[in-house]
Amino acid sequence: MQIYLPIAEVSVNAFLLLGLGGLVGILSGMFGVGGGFLMTPLLFFIGIPPAVAVATEANQIVASSFSGVLAHFKRKTVDLKMGFVLLIGGLTGAALGVQIFNLLKAQGQVDLLVRLCYVIFLGIIGGLMFIESLNAIRKSRNATTTVPKRKSRGWIHALPFKIRFRTSGLYLSVIPPLLVGLAVGVLSAIMGVGGGFIMVPAMIYLLGMPTKVVVGTSLFQIIFVTAFATLLHATTNFTVDMVLAVLLLVGGVVGAQIGARIGVYLKAEQLRILLALMVLLVCGKLAFDLLVQPSELFSIGAGGGH
Amino acid sequence: MKHFSLILALLVAPVAAVAQDENVVAGLSQNTVAITANFSGSEILIFGAVERQAPAPEDSILGVIITVEGPDRGLTVRRMDRRYGIWMNTEAVEIDSAPTFYAVATNAPLEDILSDVEDDALDITINRAIHAYYIDSDRPQDFIDAVIRIRENEDLYQTLEGAVQVRSDTLFDTSIRLPSNLVEGDYTARIFLTRDRQIVADFETEIEVAKVGLERIIYNLAHERPLIYGLLSLFIAIAAGWGASAVFRYIRS
Repeated sequence: MQIYLPIAEVSVNAFLLLGLGGLVGILSGMFGVGGGFLMTPLLFFIGIPPAVAVATEANQIVASSFSGVLAHFKRKTVDLKMGFVLLIGGLTGAALGVQIFNLLKAQGQVDLLVRLCYVIFLGIIGGLMFIESLNAIRKSRNATTTVPKRKSRGWIHALPFKIRFRTSGLYLSVIPPLLVGLAVGVLSAIMGVGGGFIMVPAMIYLLGMPTKVVVGTSLFQIIFVTAFATLLHATTNFTVDMVLAVLLLVGGVVGAQIGARIGVYLKAEQLRILLALMVLLVCGKLAFDLLVQPSELFSIGAGGGH
Repeated sequence: MKHFSLILALLVAPVAAVAQDENVVAGLSQNTVAITANFSGSEILIFGAVERQAPAPEDSILGVIITVEGPDRGLTVRRMDRRYGIWMNTEAVEIDSAPTFYAVATNAPLEDILSDVEDDALDITINRAIHAYYIDSDRPQDFIDAVIRIRENEDLYQTLEGAVQVRSDTLFDTSIRLPSNLVEGDYTARIFLTRDRQIVADFETEIEVAKVGLERIIYNLAHERPLIYGLLSLFIAIAAGWGASAVFRYIRS
């Protein structure tokens, strides 16, 4: 069934959009990522104008994250205190990121920078997670009797303004989570995604939060950052397509519920290795596109100010 | 002076005579195209007749050229090149205006029925319909060719030589397919009759392409009340997220 999208001004198959939403929703629920890093490139691929894809995706992430976070609230795997600290950093970062994005846009080459950002961050994070979770799985298989090493208390624990995050079982300075939130906010605004795929590993490896809490807390934070981004896009660029968003989110919210339940049955290491593989796959595809000669060397964009 | 007016009369007379000999009357199957939620393109039938005071001249063939043109927009066209091992945009040019849709249908190959001078004056072929007064590049035509190539692949530009049927040298008709990715606005349909590659008569009419119903409401809201639109989008998103969660909880319990 073809449906005409009023803002994107293209006609696409409604079932295709529902299916894409559902697929990305499952992944979103499982891993606590918004799924934007998958969905945005997929929307480009089916012919949605990039500006509309990025803005509408932000709106859709709000829905799937909200649906996902409710499931996590029920299981009490959301660290609200940590979420709020990350959020303060995140909103500041997003506002900053939009400014940087506009600056880059004025100089051209914004497409390339976004792509490079994707390749670099997806590559590093995917690679690190893959190696780490592979080691974790090997360790749990081979040496069942080894005593878990006490976490090294590095420079992070020497910082002031310490707060107790009870859900995460951490006693930590607010500065690292604020900075993590800020950095992810900047990147998510530039890359047009929720930023879960950066946030999740940052919470596990930098802040040392338990994996089970990380997913729900990441989703909680993402809701607000992407809601903010949606409003910015809607009021400045008029690029949020409600019809597109509804189709994606109907699939997305159902998928997120299923995904959150699948996630319960998987071990933390398995969850991480799957996410790592997926991140590496997307990274590989984007890198491939940058290195191989495209079939069409020319592209048409909207006219400059005349 | 006498010589001059004689020459003038000789020059003007045949042209005027030809121009008045044949006229064109035409109609469209529809003057409005409504973009609804399930819009998947449209087909417009264009038909007409050649009106004559005298029998049709037998020494030249009748050319019928029909064009349909969408609203003009400015464009930035970028070209990629390999730098530091990766493919990136290296050159960008501005094109002042290019139609968002352009179809030209004829009853014979264009070079047989239309002279370059006429084409140039009336912007009939796609190449002429794209206006770039100054392109800052070594190879400007590459960029214009790229626009035509990309849009032809999307069915937005169509050159349909031989698509106009002419019956008894008098009646003609063709159909133009409008693809689903149409831009709103006033489209122009033009019909030209030619003899000896010169235009002898023309006709022009408008086609209005507009979103209607829900499509119209959403589009207007997004542009006129962006904040409300944005909040509404968020509300729908959160309601859908909550709804799905509630439904699943109900199913499980």
